[in-house]
Amino acid sequence: MKTKIFPIFLIFTFSIIFFVFYKGLQNTNVYTPEIKSEIKIPNFETKEFFSKDKINSDQIFIGSDYYLLNIWASWCVPCKEEHKYLMDLSKKENIKIIGQNYKDNFDNAKNFLINLDNPYDLIFFDNDGTIAIEWGAYGVPETFLIKNNLIIKKIIGPLNEKLLSEIKELTQ
Amino acid sequence: MNILKFLVSVTFLIYCFSSDLKAKNLEIEITKNLRCLICQGQSVYDSDSEFANSVKFLVEKKLNEGLDEKQIYAYLKNKYGDWILYDPGFSKNTYFLWLLPILMFVFGGAIILKKVILKKKKL
Amino acid sequence: MSSLIGYYSLIFGVGVSILVIFFSIKNFNDTQKLDTKVISLVFLQLLFVIISFSGLILSFVNSDFSNETVFNHSHTTKPLFYKISGTWGNHEGSLLLWLLVLTLFIFVFLLRSKNQPKQYKILTLLFQQIIIVGFFIFLIQTSNPFNHVFPVPKEGLGLNPILQDPALAIHPPILYLGYVGTSIIFSSALAAVCSNNITKIWASHIKKWVLVSWIFLTLGILLGSIWAYYELGWGGFWFWDPVENVSLMPWFALTTLLHCVLVLEKKLILTSWVVVLSIATFTLSMCGTFLVRSGILNSVHTFANDPERGLYILIFLFILIFLSFFIFLIFHKSENNNSKTFYLLSKETSILVNNWFMMYFLSVVLIGTIYPIFLEVISSQKISVGPPFFNKLILPFLIPFMLAMAIGPKLKWIKSDIEDKIYLISFFVISLILSVLIIRNLDINFLYNTILITAAFYLFFITLRDFFHKKYRNLSQIIAHFSFSILILSILFNNIFSSEVIINLKINETYQAQNLKINFENIEQENKQNFKAIKGKFIVEDQSGLIEVMQPELRIYNQPNIVTSEADIKTNIFTDKFMTMNYVQNQDYFNIRYQVKPFMIWIWISTILLCFSGCLSLIRKKHEN
Repeated sequence: MKTKIFPIFLIFTFSIIFFVFYKGLQNTNVYTPEIKSEIKIPNFETKEFFSKDKINSDQIFIGSDYYLLNIWASWCVPCKEEHKYLMDLSKKENIKIIGQNYKDNFDNAKNFLINLDNPYDLIFFDNDGTIAIEWGAYGVPETFLIKNNLIIKKIIGPLNEKLLSEIKELTQ
Repeated sequence: MNILKFLVSVTFLIYCFSSDLKAKNLEIEITKNLRCLICQGQSVYDSDSEFANSVKFLVEKKLNEGLDEKQIYAYLKNKYGDWILYDPGFSKNTYFLWLLPILMFVFGGAIILKKVILKKKKL
Repeated sequence: MSSLIGYYSLIFGVGVSILVIFFSIKNFNDTQKLDTKVISLVFLQLLFVIISFSGLILSFVNSDFSNETVFNHSHTTKPLFYKISGTWGNHEGSLLLWLLVLTLFIFVFLLRSKNQPKQYKILTLLFQQIIIVGFFIFLIQTSNPFNHVFPVPKEGLGLNPILQDPALAIHPPILYLGYVGTSIIFSSALAAVCSNNITKIWASHIKKWVLVSWIFLTLGILLGSIWAYYELGWGGFWFWDPVENVSLMPWFALTTLLHCVLVLEKKLILTSWVVVLSIATFTLSMCGTFLVRSGILNSVHTFANDPERGLYILIFLFILIFLSFFIFLIFHKSENNNSKTFYLLSKETSILVNNWFMMYFLSVVLIGTIYPIFLEVISSQKISVGPPFFNKLILPFLIPFMLAMAIGPKLKWIKSDIEDKIYLISFFVISLILSVLIIRNLDINFLYNTILITAAFYLFFITLRDFFHKKYRNLSQIIAHFSFSILILSILFNNIFSSEVIINLKINETYQAQNLKINFENIEQENKQNFKAIKGKFIVEDQSGLIEVMQPELRIYNQPNIVTSEADIKTNIFTDKFMTMNYVQNQDYFNIRYQVKPFMIWIWISTILLCFSGCLSLIRKKHEN
């Protein structure tokens, strides 16, 4: 009896392993981070882009407006691609666009805004990238939609037509 | 006696060597245990990507703020999930991970013990 | 043209397989001797694979971009050496190399085992043919290296620059010799079970194959490690990366098997266990291929990632597992129960203890590697299992393991007593004192590290003494255990004593610390065949006033356009000084890493010594025969 149980057990184990590997193959190995929504925004202190004045995050995200936080840099190529969508969104009244200038050179960033126009209501510096980590961001560009100090949507990578209309729908 | 001479010289050499070493750098230790999330299987310490560099700065900043190793791990885990920590820790997700090898060890030991002791009893 | 020849050679190769299988089955019962026709056919198959492989190399050398593999992985400005090594630096080519080694090994096997029973040889050949056919189909169906591109591109996409390294150029072939060597062990163990041929003679015959695979696998892992150290640029040599773990698993199984076969050679015990291990060894190699090639794991080493390929290997792997499982169940007669018991102090028991620990290490690595896959499938949570896990579960167990390694070989077969106890105890005391002296001043866990180093020292001294004392009773064993102790010692010291600084420096700036001064002199640009080099010049002065000029390098490759960082490493017998330079986005400074890594070279030397002990054992066996 004992001799029979063991082989059956082994066959069973191998079958499970096979099944798990088979399932595992269907998943992509490229890590797509789960988008945890409804997290509170972090608290940080930084400097305003043009005036270089000290500013705290609770002075930026006030009240129950919609805020769109966009992490960008002048050296980031996809940021140029998504710029037109930000311009489009900046025309909307009920949404404030906040720029987080990521590891950038001030002059380059300023030229970037002069050449391509400035969609942001307010820009602050993130010179060493630590604020991006506070947000739980992975790199540039990355965009967060915020309401009532909660992150309600997180977009990794550049914006596109589809995401733009999603944002518009959410903020209706 | 040759061996003894050899031993003495080895001892001496290693002794000399060990005197001028400094303490481990906590920041390096921590970043070695963090996964660089935008890289292919590299630790934050190993990587030079923008993400990894930012995390390095952040760890330094948090250490200066007086957070200890565990608090920093907890902080990053809260932001990015378990995936960022190379040390899986002991939680309900990882019971099997930690216990299965130990179980195998105990099991193997039992088999060997059985084989060895049986004969002793017969004698 | 060469692609075409290569492709058709592959097709012919499969055809020959069918002939081989047909004639072997025909030959199985008719004559006393193995039909020479079968051997010629196996040779023919080998020839076809060689032609096919040469065809691919030729396409690479000629930069024939009408071939898809060449187009994807080569470039005209690449040096010739890397054009050739690029042949197996990609998925398709490396599988062709697998196939080449498979056919080569079975041919050599048939030539080398003249004295074995005919039916056993034929069965081995048949099992090996199953594997070979499996790989042929895999190659032709899912990863044909001779796909055509039309219109023919003018230029290739180039080889990833981090793969353009001498160590990595020879790493895959060597590793595959080890991996594929296990296929012979697998086939031969199954054949021995079927033909009821598990004897002492079989054991000493298969031992050579175990040794050969073991030597190549060890060497392959070593080369991979050296490559990681030099090329990946952060001064580590082992990262517990899934791809590395995958090569370590068959190594554990092979090492266990090697010890078991040594027992089997002398006494007919543990037969079932040897068969199980033989099967496991190849299964683990295949499992490794699956994990690496399917892209199911997240790793430093990126490989082609195609679910269809993964599925094929997965199914093939489990067919082999179930096949061997049922053959084992049906044909295997378990040994007489009487011989199963051992005395506590005997060589048999000590080898069992070796097996016990080895299997434990194997299970740690296996579970640590595949557990995240399981968790993700079952609960869709992603966790990382990295170095801390492996260090916590493996290092403490090294302590009893090494003590057993020191004493075990001294025991005799069947029953023995521990001889010269005074020596054993006094060596232990010496090791303990030595370790305490070393660890005393350091800011690390005192007790744990002391015991760990004591155990390593103990093994070191005991084996060293055996080397001089005993009349070379078993030289290869002593050298193997001795080099293992050096390996562990150097890894431990390297780990404990490594120090480093990470700084940002502009040109002409100087970094000054208590016992270190680094001066960034200048940078130079150089244009090479397929990359542009930016060489930094640093003057490093340590506390004893020793001045070293370090010249780390940044390489900007033209195709693909990737920047790599080349470390400058100054090696002497005690320490390695290691410096890398990295470009920082948007800044005028460079990020400099300077590390002092003691006993680095001993890690390499001890592993080479380990391989050498294997070779010694191989040669000695031949002399006795």
